Parts: sequence; C-alpha cells; structure tokens
Amino acid sequence: MRYAGRWRSRVALGVPAALALLLLVVPLVALLLRADWARIPSDLATPTVLPALRLSLTTTSVTAVLCLLLGTPLAWFLARSDHRATSWVRALLTVPLVLPPVVGGVALLMTWGRNGLIGQHLAPFGIQIPFTTVAVMLAETFVAMPYYVLAVEGAMRGLDPRLESVARTLGASDLRYLRTVGIPLVLPGIAGGLALAWARALGEFGATITFAGNFPGRTQTLPLLVYVELERDPQVAISISIMLLVVSVLVLGVLRGRWLR
Amino acid sequence: MSAGPSRPAPPRSPRSARNPHRAVAAAVATLATALLVAGCGSSTPTTSADGTGQPGRSGASAASLEGTVTVLAAASLTESFDQLKTDFEAANPGVTVETSYGSSATLVQQVDNGAPASVIALAGTAAAEPLDQAAVKDTQSFATNVLEIAVPPSNPGAVTSINDLAKPSVKVVLCADTVPCGKAAQATFKKARIVPNVVSKEVDVKATLSKVKLAEADAAVVYHSDVVAAKDAVTGVEIPSQFNTSLSYPVIRLSDDAATKAFVAYLLSAKGLATVQSFGFGAP
Repeated sequence: MRYAGRWRSRVALGVPAALALLLLVVPLVALLLRADWARIPSDLATPTVLPALRLSLTTTSVTAVLCLLLGTPLAWFLARSDHRATSWVRALLTVPLVLPPVVGGVALLMTWGRNGLIGQHLAPFGIQIPFTTVAVMLAETFVAMPYYVLAVEGAMRGLDPRLESVARTLGASDLRYLRTVGIPLVLPGIAGGLALAWARALGEFGATITFAGNFPGRTQTLPLLVYVELERDPQVAISISIMLLVVSVLVLGVLRGRWLR
Repeated sequence: MSAGPSRPAPPRSPRSARNPHRAVAAAVATLATALLVAGCGSSTPTTSADGTGQPGRSGASAASLEGTVTVLAAASLTESFDQLKTDFEAANPGVTVETSYGSSATLVQQVDNGAPASVIALAGTAAAEPLDQAAVKDTQSFATNVLEIAVPPSNPGAVTSINDLAKPSVKVVLCADTVPCGKAAQATFKKARIVPNVVSKEVDVKATLSKVKLAEADAAVVYHSDVVAAKDAVTGVEIPSQFNTSLSYPVIRLSDDAATKAFVAYLLSAKGLATVQSFGFGAP
C-alpha cells in the first residue's frame, strides 16, 4: 500500500515536472537541430552581422560600466537604509524589471524624444537622442540596471554591519570604507550582478526597436538583426541565434561555476 | 506595496549575514529566474494570429454562414480591414472575423510556419512569392497603393518635395529593406537619384509612420493610404509619378471554407472595394 502511494505521488509530481522541463528545453534543441553548422561561420561573416555584433558589444559594455558606476552607490544606499522610503525606492526599481520592454521604449521616447520631458530641452542644442547609439545604451541601461542594483544590494545586506561601524570609529569616510572594505567583500555579488545585467542588455529588443529604431551599424543590435534576418534569410537568423545562445550559456556557466554553488 | 516576487529576499538573518556568498547566490538565483521571465516577453515580437476558430477543411457549405475567418493583412490595410470586418460581421452574425496586422514579410513567414490563416492580404505581389504555393487556393488583386512622404504637421524639416529628402539635416525613417514599403522606397530613391539621411528602418509601415506621428523623425516614406488613415496626425507630400512606385495588393485565399469564400467575395464586391478605396487605396 505504502509502496503504491509513493509511486502515485511520484507520477503526480514527475509528469508535470517533466513537462515543464520539456517546454523549456525542446525549443533550444529545435534551434540547434535546425542550424546548418557548416554555414554558421559564413553566416556570421555576412556584412550585416559584424556591425551588429560590434554595436551589441560596445553598447552592452557601456551599460555594464554605467551599472557599475551609478548602480553600485545606489545599491549601497538601499542596503544600509531601513527607512520606509527605501522600500518604496526598491519597489520603484523593480518596475523596469517587470515592465514589458516595449513599454519601456515608449517611456524612453516620452523622456528623451524630440518632444520629450528632457529631450525638448536638448533639441535646441542640436542634441537628438532617438535613432542614435546613445539611445541603444539608454534602453539597455533602463532594462538592465535594476538587475544589477538588486543583486548588489542583496550582497551588501549580507555584510556584517559591525564592519562599517568599526571602519567609522577608525575614522574612515563612507567612500573609503566602500573602497577598502565594502566593495572587496561583495565582489562576487558585483560580478554576478554585472553578468546578469550584461546578459539582459545583450538580449534587449523591445525598448531598443521602439526608442532607438533599427539602423544597421548605428542602432541595429544582434536581437534586432535576428528579427529582420528571419524575413530575409532564416538560416542567418538561426546562426545568429545560436551564437547568442552560446553566449548566454557561457554567462550562466560562469555564474554557476563561481557564484551559484 | 511590496517590491514584488522578483526582488531578492534581502538576507537579514544573522545566519546569512555571516555567509555573504550564500546570500549572493540566492539573490543571483532569484534574479536569474526574473531574467528569464522578463526575457520571454521581449523575445517574442511576432504575435501570430490567434486563430482559435478552425475553418472547415471540407468544402461542405452550411446554409447560413458560421465560423471564424482568420485574416492576416499587411499593416497598411489596418484601418480598411477593421472596417471590412465590422461590416462583414454585421451582415453575417454567425461569422467572426479575426484580424492580425504586420509587415507582409512577417505574415508570409508566419503562414509558412503554420500560423492558422484563412485569408492573407499583402502589400504587393512580390511579397507573396515566398508563400508556400501549395496552400494557395485563389489569388486576386483588390487594390493599388502608391508611396507618399509623411511629415509631422509642424514640418520641422521643411519638406515640400522628394528632393528635400536629399538634405542631410532631414531625418528620414523608412521601412526595413525586407518589407514591401522598404523595397518600394528604395526603388523610388533610386529612380529619383536621391540618397536620404535614413535614421531608422522600421519593421512595418505603421511603425515607420509612428515615428513621424511622434515627430521624432522629419519625414517617412509610407503609402498614400497611411497618410489618409493618419488624418491630421501627419501631412502628406506627394511623390511625382515618374519616381513613385505603385503596388498591387493581392488577397490570397488559403481555405475553401464557405465563410472564407464569402469574406473574399465581399472584399471584391463593389461595396467592399469602395470601403478599401475610401481609405486612400486605388482601384485594382
């Protein structure tokens, strides 16, 4: 009796679990099966791919640097404060995280566009953000920064608060404490947050195409190119997808190997 | 208001405070989940037609029409086909017309990948070439369209003719080279010997038009029908016929279902054609 009961519950849990796994894994396998492996090198050498690859690499790198320079201090403020307002700020931060990216793109247009909240004051100086590489960076930072800040904040909250007290009694300023004690201790969190933010920026599509448009070499990142190539030459789209898949797996591999144990 | 499920649980307990690495791992794992969830939304830009209704596979016709007709139509047909759907459903209460709009290139690719569709209406006959011919039951031309320049009502680029698009200061938005309006625009610029300052190549004609509606671009090359449909939101600048590119719109029937046949017949009737033409299209 007990034996049968155990089997019944195994099946009841095992079948949906297997289904969930299949739902996630089969599309990846399908992509790999449809790839024409011999063609991938020549596909990736297509004139449109290199500019998109270069653009994706530069914009995501800038995004990572922006996260590091701006996101780290924000994470620190969030981590050390228990004020009610802090939880509101944190909640606000999660909005871009769950917002449909295309909505983010519309919001960015309303901000940086020629008639936007900030953009209208830049236009007289001849500065126009939409359709430029800067717009791609802004879109990527908008979607990626929350991942970074929340990851680093989590790491900083894990620090022993006494470290900061001791540093302060020894006369260290906040900046010095962070530089010499705080940041070195949360380096794994910073690296993990950077990897996540970078990967999210690399995959960014909706906000980019809405806000930055789609122009080869200037705003056409790899995901946008995949979308366009699917209509021109699906095999090229598949080849680029495989490259992005490999990159994603590598990022996850680094995360797992180092910080997700 | 809580921060929501995607927020990593801040490790406040003393145990996790002593073990920051574990806390980081937990935070990163939570975020990785959130990343995947967020990524799902952004990586599916093409929404396939939600054809729940199955057009009958046999030609057996019922006396009064029933069922669902799934219509995929070029983005430029958005307004006219919305009207056709309303009129046709009013005349045939048993029939539901489901419409989905996108670039002709996207729609053809969706049908070739098995998207359920009873009818597909495309911008230009060339767009139909990649379509799996085995699925085609019938093809008829129902409208023509020409290109036109759309500018914001304030006309910040001072565009009054196609030659103004040669000015480097005028920011021009086109359709992508893969979609019919993009191909037609390229042909037109070649004929006019103009190299415009293109700032973006959008995925379909309505996306192209929206950049001018928002006044982010100075000019867009779209169809005459789009300028008509946009009403006061944009101003049209005609392209002379010696440079212009004209497209013939085919309606392609993919089902022998009675309701589908009736919808195509209605589109090709005098009343249907008049509806389409009232949105700025030319006679077939």
